[in-house]
Amino acid sequence: MTAIEKPAPHLYDEMLCNEGVHEHYRAYLQWLENTPDATLEQKRREADTLFRRFGITFNVYGEEEGTERLIPFDLIPRIIPASEWTHLERGLRQRVTALNRFLHDIYHDQEILRAGIIPADQVLTNQQFQVAMLGVDLPGHNYIPITGVDLIRDSDGEYFVLEDNLRTPSGVSYMLENRKMMMRLFPELFLAQGVAPVEHYPNLLLETLQSASDADSPCVVVLTPGRYNSAFFEHAFLAQQMGVPLVEGADLFVRNGCVFMRTTTGPRQVHVIYRRIDDAFLDPLAFNPDSMLGVPGLLSAYRDGNVILANALGTGVADDKSIYPYVPDMIRFYLDEEPILNNVPTWVCRREEDLAYVLEHLEELVVKEVHGAGGYGMLIGPKAGPEELDTFRQLLRDNPANYIAQPTLCLSTCPTMVNEGIAPRHIDLRPFVLSGSEIKLVPGGLTRVALREGSLVVNSSQGGGTKDTWVLEGAPC
Amino acid sequence: MLSRTANSIYWMARSLERAENLTRLLDVSHNMSLMPNSKGGQQELLAPLTITGRLDQFRETYPQLNAEALLDFFLFDEANDGSIFSCIRSARDNAHSVRDKLSSEAWESINATWLELRHRRQRGISHEGVKSLIDWIKQRSHEFRGAAYGTMLHNNVFHFMRLGTFIERADNTARILRVKLEVMESQHNSNHAIDFYQWNALLQSLGAYEAYHDKYTGGLTTRNVTELLILSAELPRSLRYCIGALMSQLIAIEGDQGQAAKRLCAELHARLEYGEVDFITRFGLHEYLNDLLRRIHTIGEEIHRSYWEGA
Repeated sequence: MTAIEKPAPHLYDEMLCNEGVHEHYRAYLQWLENTPDATLEQKRREADTLFRRFGITFNVYGEEEGTERLIPFDLIPRIIPASEWTHLERGLRQRVTALNRFLHDIYHDQEILRAGIIPADQVLTNQQFQVAMLGVDLPGHNYIPITGVDLIRDSDGEYFVLEDNLRTPSGVSYMLENRKMMMRLFPELFLAQGVAPVEHYPNLLLETLQSASDADSPCVVVLTPGRYNSAFFEHAFLAQQMGVPLVEGADLFVRNGCVFMRTTTGPRQVHVIYRRIDDAFLDPLAFNPDSMLGVPGLLSAYRDGNVILANALGTGVADDKSIYPYVPDMIRFYLDEEPILNNVPTWVCRREEDLAYVLEHLEELVVKEVHGAGGYGMLIGPKAGPEELDTFRQLLRDNPANYIAQPTLCLSTCPTMVNEGIAPRHIDLRPFVLSGSEIKLVPGGLTRVALREGSLVVNSSQGGGTKDTWVLEGAPC
Repeated sequence: MLSRTANSIYWMARSLERAENLTRLLDVSHNMSLMPNSKGGQQELLAPLTITGRLDQFRETYPQLNAEALLDFFLFDEANDGSIFSCIRSARDNAHSVRDKLSSEAWESINATWLELRHRRQRGISHEGVKSLIDWIKQRSHEFRGAAYGTMLHNNVFHFMRLGTFIERADNTARILRVKLEVMESQHNSNHAIDFYQWNALLQSLGAYEAYHDKYTGGLTTRNVTELLILSAELPRSLRYCIGALMSQLIAIEGDQGQAAKRLCAELHARLEYGEVDFITRFGLHEYLNDLLRRIHTIGEEIHRSYWEGA
């Protein structure tokens, strides 16, 4: 096979290190070195054809022809040793527990605000804060049955939380399909190595959703915006795997305070809605009146406790950038524990000493608007010219509360098949956490990879790809 | 079962059946158009346009009626929502929106057909020739049916799928028969040679050529063809067979909905089951077919009303 391009010395590589190869990758690397290029290339093409035929695609908005695109799939897995996963799992359980406690708290007694841990206005004036949720009691006080947490590793290989996704995190279907594909293409690898299975995720998800309702045999549905939504494949996939109806807003209606779906045998009551629609579109009577996706009257049925929404309404306030810096404090406040997984160091510019530091080190930092998304309103210090730096200095002084700052990130890399051969590319990891009567995870998650050399953007809408993620059970044999 | 799901499944099956029927029709027209004009070649080219009621639409875009234009219009013309391309796209789109209700083999079959069809469309008809394209479409339709039969639960989803297939097929058989009759009447000199080719072509388009010769000895007669295509209990494309299948699918669907559709269907089925070819001849074949088409249309409307408008 062609040589694997060496990783950059200042970055952490998942497979290769100074001594050669990390122990947990040794068996795989040996296999890779013994596999002819032609075989890999043929497998790559096979995967492409199969994904297309299965229709495992995502939709790109605003493109007429061929709107359904494949997410590039890389054949080289990201491997995590068992001990590392145990640590991650503990950290994720802790973090999700604290976030859930936080959501219940801010919609009830607001102790964390009264204790002065988080400035009250940061929470109460946040666009994602739902006044309608104040005082609403959810069964089991469970706000976030489904969470996706984005993790990255620094140059020493330490894991950090980059972002919590508490609204409608997506990508789990790719995690499952990637595994299926790898097992189909390389059965010999799975025979030789103890890769922890992930295929039971849909069962866990269904159990989690059912346990969210007090009804005897609750009727669970997946609510999708429809087949033109970018994640429609995932919605259909999860509904099918769980064996529950995939509904659109128009399939549901509210009568006598309860939610029903229209079936060929008449109305049938719905108890749990796994909704893949944003808060603002759920109920045209309560929120965006132009929404064609939602169900009129849903909010009132929800507030009356006659239907469960997963995730709950108003969870976005807890994964907002302005709240993110406080998650470690939440863990200390609610659980009286030290965080197992750290945040990326973040300077909150509304704090005077943080602002001073940011102004002084602006050339080294990334500055983000607290409510911004998608890279808008952002300054990348090392790449900015003197004028841009001056502009941001002014902006920061004028309205410091609007900004946070972080060091320029150095994501870890993993060898990846690219046109030129096999080369290191930046990756992240999104494990999925299910919270019902207990917290459950399948080992691993979705690994996203930035396919362009040097790029840190792993989003599928911007040329990112995915990899299968292996958690090894015990030592590799 | 969700009403919307039932609706999409039904239209998926109808569109796919429509594409297959159209393919069969084009196959015959193509064969016939290779014959000298004196044997009715031009008439043959008109037939698919008359059967599908798209003559005016065709004339708007295509200056001349020839085999090439006809094939283009019916095979790949995106602007023609009745083209095979459009039908398969619509079948696939409907399947896509309810893919969680199809078996993965059924879904992959229809998705692969769509992807491959786009590819073949880009290459153009001349690349492989009309005949192999037509055979390919028929094969894909058979494959989907096989995958659906062999891998899906025979539950409500399946029943709505079959409902769509049989109502479309019944409609198609009646239409084809009616147009053939018109063509032959228009030629009104009772030329046995032409009649022979016409009936022959009709049977082939419905895949019933072997069936006819299995059942009847001797030449092709209007009486026998009528009996086979309308009253046969065994031929999967006869009207009696299609309406019988429609009936059993309607009965199999869970719930008390659809009483009117069931009643109308049962009435029609009784007419066919106890029908006699002499009666049809006395009644007038043409008028009989018109009556059948009206009844099929009403059953379709009742299905809509009961299962997706009323819910």
